[in-house]
Amino acid sequence: MTAVTVLAYGAGNVASVRFALERLGATVRLTDDPAGIAEAERLILPGVGAAGYAMARLSGLGLVEPIRAFSRPLLGVCLGQQLLFEASEEGQGVDMLGLLPGTVRRLEPGPGRPVPHMGWSRLSLTRPDPLLEGLEDGAWAYFVHSYACPDGAATLARADYGGPVPAVVRSANRWGCQFHPERSAAAGARILRNFLEIEP
Amino acid sequence: MTARRIIPCLDVRDGRVVKGVRFEGHVDMGDAADLAARYRDEGADELVFYDITASPEGRTLDYGWVRDIARLLDIPFSVAGGIRSVEQAGRCLDHGADKVSINSPALERPELIAEMAGRFGAQCVVVGVDSRRAGDDWFVHQYTGDPAASRGAGRRTLDWIVEAQALGAGEIVLNCMDEDGVRRGYDLAQLAAARSRLTIPLVASGGAGEAAHFRDVFQQADVSGALAASVFHTGSVGIGELKTFLDQAGVEVRL
Repeated sequence: MTAVTVLAYGAGNVASVRFALERLGATVRLTDDPAGIAEAERLILPGVGAAGYAMARLSGLGLVEPIRAFSRPLLGVCLGQQLLFEASEEGQGVDMLGLLPGTVRRLEPGPGRPVPHMGWSRLSLTRPDPLLEGLEDGAWAYFVHSYACPDGAATLARADYGGPVPAVVRSANRWGCQFHPERSAAAGARILRNFLEIEP
Repeated sequence: MTARRIIPCLDVRDGRVVKGVRFEGHVDMGDAADLAARYRDEGADELVFYDITASPEGRTLDYGWVRDIARLLDIPFSVAGGIRSVEQAGRCLDHGADKVSINSPALERPELIAEMAGRFGAQCVVVGVDSRRAGDDWFVHQYTGDPAASRGAGRRTLDWIVEAQALGAGEIVLNCMDEDGVRRGYDLAQLAAARSRLTIPLVASGGAGEAAHFRDVFQQADVSGALAASVFHTGSVGIGELKTFLDQAGVEVRL
């Protein structure tokens, strides 16, 4: 049985991520301390809400350096993907983990395009990747966010929401999903299963 | 862009789904978890669970039940019913709910919206609004889960939704009570008026009776989602057939 550790740091959708992994037969461990990260075979960084609050929680628990130093597979989900980048313009500006370059910026509402971007959008895949194995171009995923990551070389999949929205990103052994795989029906389950099967 | 969302709403009392006409005379529609699983399998985009007796009775909903639903579903769901503090909302989210919907408690104390958005982010905070026509305007009602407690809230609907958005609501579910349960179609005029005043997503509620009503509300009121209860519970509109119909009518849906 594949083991996966989920960071339960008080700013995440831990329960729904955990239940989705359990539906796939994984053994899920929750942790909020550096030792738990050090022991993890693979790590999921969930997150909902404000970037500043999430970073303050990670910092207060002494988790920032252990996450930066973690070299086995890491998956950031939703806000967890955003936290992988250098900074966010949310609030007065927030310094984040800096594992990927660039600044997370606010989505601007437009005609027919309310913000938050909330609902099911199609994924447009940019290149093959083990995390996206078996996924069809145009697969639907469930998004809920008001800020978007910078589009760049790390982008593995995009959604279109008045412009490109990086939906899956990767740098080395660190992946991120802007959407909620735990709430994205079959496509989301496939992505989580792929993550569980990536060799540490 | 996003697909237009089809959202079955489960009004829950003691674990059973109930449905009334114009909020009165409830009829048992089945076990909540069974219906939730059925709608998930039929292609519902999201589910809403309202504990309809919680708010009038001054209690909150059952967190263990929220957790059971979260275990079952791989689509998003929101919960509502008597949530009147950040702590209670946090417990719903901790037990696996994706969004928390508040209605009467937000009217009692609008700062609750800001407190929840500040702590969890706007995307978790849904403000439900029960609205009824009076003259040539629409007004907010509260405690609508209990006919004896239901009453006007003394606010114009179009003012209240803008205030709720400014306080940090991430989505508005506008329930048009004049149409609720009577299956004559959504209140397109009211919903279009609401849509034009908001930058956050708007979900229509109240009045769905046939597939064409969903097409009309997406095409004419530009709402992000359409919520319905009895047409799905009775099987008079099947979610799969509805989405095929919408797709053929040019409405983007997740198939």
